[in-house]
Amino acid sequence: MSTDTQMNGGQTTASEVAVLELKGLCKSFGGLQATRDVTLRIMAGDRKAIIGPNGAGKTTLFNLITGIYPVTSGQVLLFGQDVTSWPSHRRTALGMARTFQVTSLFPRLTVLNNVLLAIKGLRPSKFVMWRFLSSYKEVYDKAHHLLEQVGFLDRKDTEVRNLSHGEQRQLEIVLGLASDPKILLLDEPAAGLSSGESTEMTEFLMKLDPKLAILLIEHDMDVVFDVADEISVLHFGEVLETGAPEAIKKSKRVQEIYLGTD
Amino acid sequence: MASQQIKILMVAIALVAFVFIVPQSGSFVILLATRAMAFGILAMSVDLLLGYTGMSSMGQAAYFGVGAYLTAVLATKFHFGMGWDFWLVVVLGILIGAGLAALFGLFAVRAGGVYFLMITLALGQCVWGLAYRWNSLTGGDNGINLSGRPNFGLDLGNEVIFFYLVFGFFAVSMLMMYVLVRSPFGQSLAGIRERELRMQILGYNTWLHKYIAFIIAGGFGGLAGVLWAHTNGHVSPETVVLTTSVDALLMVVLGGAGTLIGATIGTAIVFGLREYLSTLVPWWQYALGGVYVLTILYLPMGLMGIPSRLRQRFAQGKNEDSKKLATKPS
Repeated sequence: MSTDTQMNGGQTTASEVAVLELKGLCKSFGGLQATRDVTLRIMAGDRKAIIGPNGAGKTTLFNLITGIYPVTSGQVLLFGQDVTSWPSHRRTALGMARTFQVTSLFPRLTVLNNVLLAIKGLRPSKFVMWRFLSSYKEVYDKAHHLLEQVGFLDRKDTEVRNLSHGEQRQLEIVLGLASDPKILLLDEPAAGLSSGESTEMTEFLMKLDPKLAILLIEHDMDVVFDVADEISVLHFGEVLETGAPEAIKKSKRVQEIYLGTD
Repeated sequence: MASQQIKILMVAIALVAFVFIVPQSGSFVILLATRAMAFGILAMSVDLLLGYTGMSSMGQAAYFGVGAYLTAVLATKFHFGMGWDFWLVVVLGILIGAGLAALFGLFAVRAGGVYFLMITLALGQCVWGLAYRWNSLTGGDNGINLSGRPNFGLDLGNEVIFFYLVFGFFAVSMLMMYVLVRSPFGQSLAGIRERELRMQILGYNTWLHKYIAFIIAGGFGGLAGVLWAHTNGHVSPETVVLTTSVDALLMVVLGGAGTLIGATIGTAIVFGLREYLSTLVPWWQYALGGVYVLTILYLPMGLMGIPSRLRQRFAQGKNEDSKKLATKPS
């Protein structure tokens, strides 16, 4: 425990429990080491970003945190609880949510039903078989409210596959927020967006509840520098450097990795 | 929403018309309709898995078969289920179908796609093997002949009364499954069909949801089996053979998976073609095969996909288009 506190510059007090903590996380696929000894600590309200060139192991890291892949060694802690061997749905129940780099919506369901499913995910009534999903007033109102916030209300009965890519990216985040998470993992929210759309996305992210912790993977540096307070650089599965956006921007090593002058 | 109500109304009218017209016809038609309805329950249960959950089960005949054999064995060996206790047999049939699915589901549900298909196929063949070889219980290849239908004040030996009874079960099953697929649980199945990984990340234990769906489908399969035994008066390994599972699957694909109504339309068409065509031409199986191939090639959504296809063709470019598409039955 003491070593972790040191890593965070000793800023945290003992009473505070990290929302998410990774301890010496490793993952190998056969001979390929995709994640090497990643240690990370995220407190409530933190806005952190992970950057790195393609194939650096960013999405793999997310898949380890969310329980899609089993870890090779190391630990994942959510709110101080060791969840390393837990399945994804139990981690979600603790207050974790994520979005996907490749849009992962329910294409043949309506926008409204996508959101309703996302809200229902953590409620016991998801097993009810004798009532229409649409008859749950409170859940319906919440979905309504979420869709209103992003201005999707007029399209609520459209099947998701008929939405534009930009709209799908936005809905991707709405689905992540629907379960009222305490930590949100965003996997390239601006992937494939035009510069105008990605500015909109940045504004949207900055308006989110300040108590919500966000871990962000992104290639669009404008988004990263606006949203994140701290950036970690991943290279060949290893955390190379961690620091404030300004420091990272100036770092020689980071520039080398990205420009490939090695 | 309005178009949904129109669709429900259309189905209701069709059912009412059906229940009035069929009894006026000859006993051949009545029996055919009764058989189709009993099998239709099985087809709808397959649709629950294939159309709504995205699991293509190739072993649904197993649950159908145990329901049918249970009925026949109880009736012939224990004289049970020929009076009021028929209703008990119905309950037992549902339970044995669900129970067997609960057992088989432990092996099958963890697998996906083709593997699920192969495992359900293998398990289905196990049940067929038992029916074929366990002579003392099942009568082996000869099967079991039932001596008659139950009589509890209502004489089910009367074709018309039995037709009404099976219609009742059919309509109630359809209503129950309709509510089920629109319930939070049913929609979670659709979510799993669309993207299982996302469902896990949203907090759903997708294995459990699929497992429960599998058990429910098994229960409906068992019910269909009980009715089937009394409709035919004869149960044999033919009832649980692989062809029965494949038939049910193809009927769903023909009518349109994920619509419930499609499953019943598919059943009606296959039963109709089989009965009428087989009296006309010796090569009727080729005709049926041709229908399947054409459907899969040109109507991936099945016959139920025709209206939306036509709408797409005629309303292209219109703003209304996407809205109409969105309210298509799911």
